[in-house]
This record gives sequence, C-alpha cells and structure tokens, in this order.
Amino acid sequence: MAEFGVLDFERPIYEVEQKVAELKKMMEEEGLDLSQKIEELENRADELRREIFSNLDPWQRVQVARHPRRPYTYDFVKLMITDFVEVHGDRLFADDKAILAGFGRLDGQTVCVVGHQKGRTTKENLMRNFGSPHPEGFRKALRIMRIADKFNIPILTFLDSAGAYPGIEAEERGQAEAIAKNIKEMHNLGVPIIINVIGEGGSGGALGIGVGNVVLILSNAYYSVISPEGCAAILWRDRAEAPESSRILRITARDLLKLGVVDEVVQEPLGGAHTDYEASAKALKEAILGHLKPLMKMGRRKLIEHRREHFRKMGYTSENPFDNSVFVDTRTV
Amino acid sequence: MAEKKSRKSSSQKAQQSPKKGFPADLWLKCPKCGETLFKKELGRNFGICEHCNYRFKLSSNERIEMLADEATFKEIDADLTPVDPLAFVDRLKYTDRLKQVQEKTGLTEAIRTGIARMGGHDVALGVMDFQFIGGSMGSVVGEKVTRLFETAMEKKLPVLIVSTSGGARMQEGILSLMQMAKTNAVIAAHDEMGLLFLSICMDPTMAGVMASYASIGDLNIAEPGALMGFAGPRVIKETIRQELPEGFQRTEFMLERGFVDLICERAELREKLILLLDLFLKPKGK
Repeated sequence: MAEFGVLDFERPIYEVEQKVAELKKMMEEEGLDLSQKIEELENRADELRREIFSNLDPWQRVQVARHPRRPYTYDFVKLMITDFVEVHGDRLFADDKAILAGFGRLDGQTVCVVGHQKGRTTKENLMRNFGSPHPEGFRKALRIMRIADKFNIPILTFLDSAGAYPGIEAEERGQAEAIAKNIKEMHNLGVPIIINVIGEGGSGGALGIGVGNVVLILSNAYYSVISPEGCAAILWRDRAEAPESSRILRITARDLLKLGVVDEVVQEPLGGAHTDYEASAKALKEAILGHLKPLMKMGRRKLIEHRREHFRKMGYTSENPFDNSVFVDTRTV
Repeated sequence: MAEKKSRKSSSQKAQQSPKKGFPADLWLKCPKCGETLFKKELGRNFGICEHCNYRFKLSSNERIEMLADEATFKEIDADLTPVDPLAFVDRLKYTDRLKQVQEKTGLTEAIRTGIARMGGHDVALGVMDFQFIGGSMGSVVGEKVTRLFETAMEKKLPVLIVSTSGGARMQEGILSLMQMAKTNAVIAAHDEMGLLFLSICMDPTMAGVMASYASIGDLNIAEPGALMGFAGPRVIKETIRQELPEGFQRTEFMLERGFVDLICERAELREKLILLLDLFLKPKGK
C-alpha cells in the first residue's frame, strides 16, 4: 500500500505493511532469512484487514468510496473491456470530460460504455471537473447510448460522481432538463442496460446515467439522494455531522439491497477495491456477464418494459409499507 | 434538495398588528410591501399583492379551484399516505414530522391528483402543495404522479401537473431519488401513446422535481418570477463563491435559455391552458 491517501482507519494495516516491505528489502540487501517474521506480519495484516473492513460503518464506507486510489471508470474499462474506442462530445455544445463514453468488447461482445470519470491528479481533476458533469455530459451520454440502441449494442454505465455540477453555466445550459431527459429517454432504449455503482452514487448526477434493467453496486460504494455533508448542513446546519447523516440516509450497498434499489452487491476485495484492481474488475465483470446473458435473449420491447417495471416498483407507501425494523439496530432515539 | 428560505424579516412584518378593528382572519399583511390585504380580495387577485405584485404561494386547493371547471375535480388516491421506510430521525422522527404537517395543512401528502374538467376537456390533473414539507417528493408523491399518468393512459387523457417543490424528500433518502426514474418511466409510456403532458411550474420548482417530470412536458409553462433549476442558489453560491446574476434561475431567465415554452400569469393560466387543450385535442377546430 502506498502512503498516498491512506485513511485513518487503514493506518494500522498500512504500518504493518510498511514493516513487511522493510523486512523484504533487508532480506534482499543483507541476505538474512526473515521469511518467518515476514509471514507472521503478513498474517497480522490480513487479520487487521479482516477486523477493520468487516465492520466498516457507513461513513467509513463513504471514505472508501471516495478513496483517492479507488479504481475509477477508466480503470475498470482497461481491465474489463478489450478494443476500447473512446468517443467524445454532445454535438451540441462541448465534450464534457466528466463523462467517459465509448465502445469496446466484453468477452467478445460489443458493448457501449458510459461512466463518470474522476481525475487522479489535480490537473486531471480540473479537466474532468472531479467527475461532476455539466448538462453537455448528460447529453453526450444520451447521444452515445442512442447509437448503441441503433445497433442493438448493450450498454454498461459506471456511476461514480459526487453529483451533477452546481454552477451558473450548468444551470444556464439546463442541468435539470438534461438529467430529466436522460432519465426519460433511457426508458426508451431497446437494448440491455446494466448500471454499475462503483464509487459515489451522487443523486441526480448519478441517476442521469442510472436507469437500467439491472443495478449492481460494489460493496463499499454508496448511492444517495443527497451528499452526507449536504444533508447534515440542512438538518443540523453543520457539515461535520456527515457521519450521522450517512448513517440515517441508508446509503450503503447492503441497505440499498434491503430497500430494493439495487439488485446485487458485488463483493470487493477485503481491504477495499483500491487494494486490488484486478480482483475488483474480475468480480464486477462476472456479475455483469451473469446478468447480461438473460437480458440478451429479451426482445427490444420486452427490455423496455422490464426496465420501466423495475422502477415502477420503487418506493413504499401506506398500501405497500416497508418493515423498517431491519434498520432499528442502528437507530438513534 | 429543498432549500429553506429565510423570510425572517417578512414574517416579523406580517405579525405586526393590523389596522385596528378588522378580525384577524379576514386580512393579512403583504410580506414584501407591508400593505394590509383583504383575503377575499387577495383571492380574487389570484394571491398576488395589488400594491407590489408580491406572489403568495397558493395551496393546492386554491389552484384546483382556479384551474378546474367548477366542482369537477374528482380526487384519486387521496388516502395514499407516506410511511417511514428508513426509520428516519433527525431533530424529529419523520413519522412525527408527517403527523404535524398533516394536522397543520389538512393534506395527506405534497400532491393532490385527480380527474377534472377544464373548458369541457377531461384532464388528469396533479397539483403540488408547497406547505407539505416544501412540496418535496417522496414515495407517495412519486406513486401518485405515476398512477395519475396510468389513469390518463387508461382513459386516453392529457395530463397537467402544477409543480411547486424544493426537490426530492431527504427523509425517504434514495427512495425519493428513485421516484424520478419511476415518474419518467410512466411519462415515456404516456408519451408513446401520443398523449399530451403539460408541465406548469410555480415558484419554486427545483432539484429532483425539476430534474424529472417538471422539465419534460410537451410544453413547459411557468408563472412569472418562479425559481426553477437543479441546484439551489445557496448551494451554487457556496460552490463557486461568487454572487449570482440578477434574475438567475427565474422563469424569464429559463425562457431566455430555452427551457420554458411560455410564461403565463396566474389570472390567465386557466384560459391559456384551455386554449392549448383546444389546439391540441381539437386540431380541426371546435
């Protein structure tokens, strides 16, 4: 593990791993046999990882979802998709680099890829606006998805954005309209659409490319109507209360599964997706292929109806209540 | 998300003592210009102050009365009420917050839906109410909008929705966000049948409601000066750390940018909507 971006609660693991690295170096340079000590420490690191990561609270998961070393859309594309060709622009205004779009092959099958793209460096983040799209990003996404629809190519979207960008130009160019239109038009596409929440599922900015036949989520990703900080600012006028709001909003993968908002939680490697990109991509790819197979057999009309029906069921009312006792263990009274 | 408007100074003004001798339930004070207004007259003027044009927020009942042919509104799903799927507690339990607002407003939720007649046309009419948790959309609002479109599809009717909302309801979390996908799915189906959807935006229509059904009418109509947008002005100001231009996100701004088809005063709204219904539903003339 590199020092860059180590989270507070990861530090005990990081320290043991540093020690292992030192011993390995010593062994190499000085010819001492330290293999037993190394093995002990590696076991200790595994133990710590299990201890820490099997009990993450919602706020810690948000930290993992935002981890600066977390795999982003393009990392998954590189590990999952062959022959990838990126395409650009909404043919109306600009190319929004907060959205990555293109075509490639998944296990031989041509697929369309659309996803939020965060930057790894400051320079890249300025270019990609930290993965927060402007309206032209959503319009670019829809344009590309319509090409996929024309050629019967299934669509994979990757959700990883803190939210659609709240700025003057974004409003001037119709942020709300762009999102609303995408949500409606994704309900009209006659091809399989698989949504993958890989990091931050930030509200309307996520849903703007989030309407699919199946919604998958990585185990440390989150999906929320508002950022924990934004919620805390409204409820308690204090963004520092974000750990509490991240708990009461029920935004973790497991809670979303209970609420029927996602279809499957894809397990990340024990220390989080950032500790093993290959294993994360492999797990996600397998899940995608598992869901894609039956969808590929559905006709165009059936796919549209299946998708609309999927969202028709969302929500709970007096006629269709939800047993919230599943959340009672974490409730403050 | 819903933004709280601070109208401290205005509400203080409104609480000052009235002209002596008038029973308090007959008058109120304009929060903008401070003039005393008679409720009856204010009602005749569609809730607009005759002195300064301040626009009072109307209740869903008032709007239904303004729009529908007299006594033709037949409500559907009136007994569909919200539940608390997340076991949500902030300063108040969500269940208590709901009880309070239901008692205060006499409403069950932030939208009323039904079938009505307008200028002789049968229409499916949904009217939001800002008094109910800022007109926010949770599962019930999403469900009622969805069922309204489904009823309209069965009966082959146009849908008119009068929106006023701060956005998705935080207290129902992700389920509120999902209502955006649910409502837009049924709008896609209604659209496929070649049926008309008129979206009418009142002050304010924001965030999750603006980023779903309110933005995608065949025509988007709005009252003058209504705040319409995705992110609230306060959030934008905090993000970009600069002042927002005059009139930002108001109806006129939105029309200039190409997102509103027409601006319509409250007093002319009913007639204009009936004219549009005539034009679209009776293309060969009356």
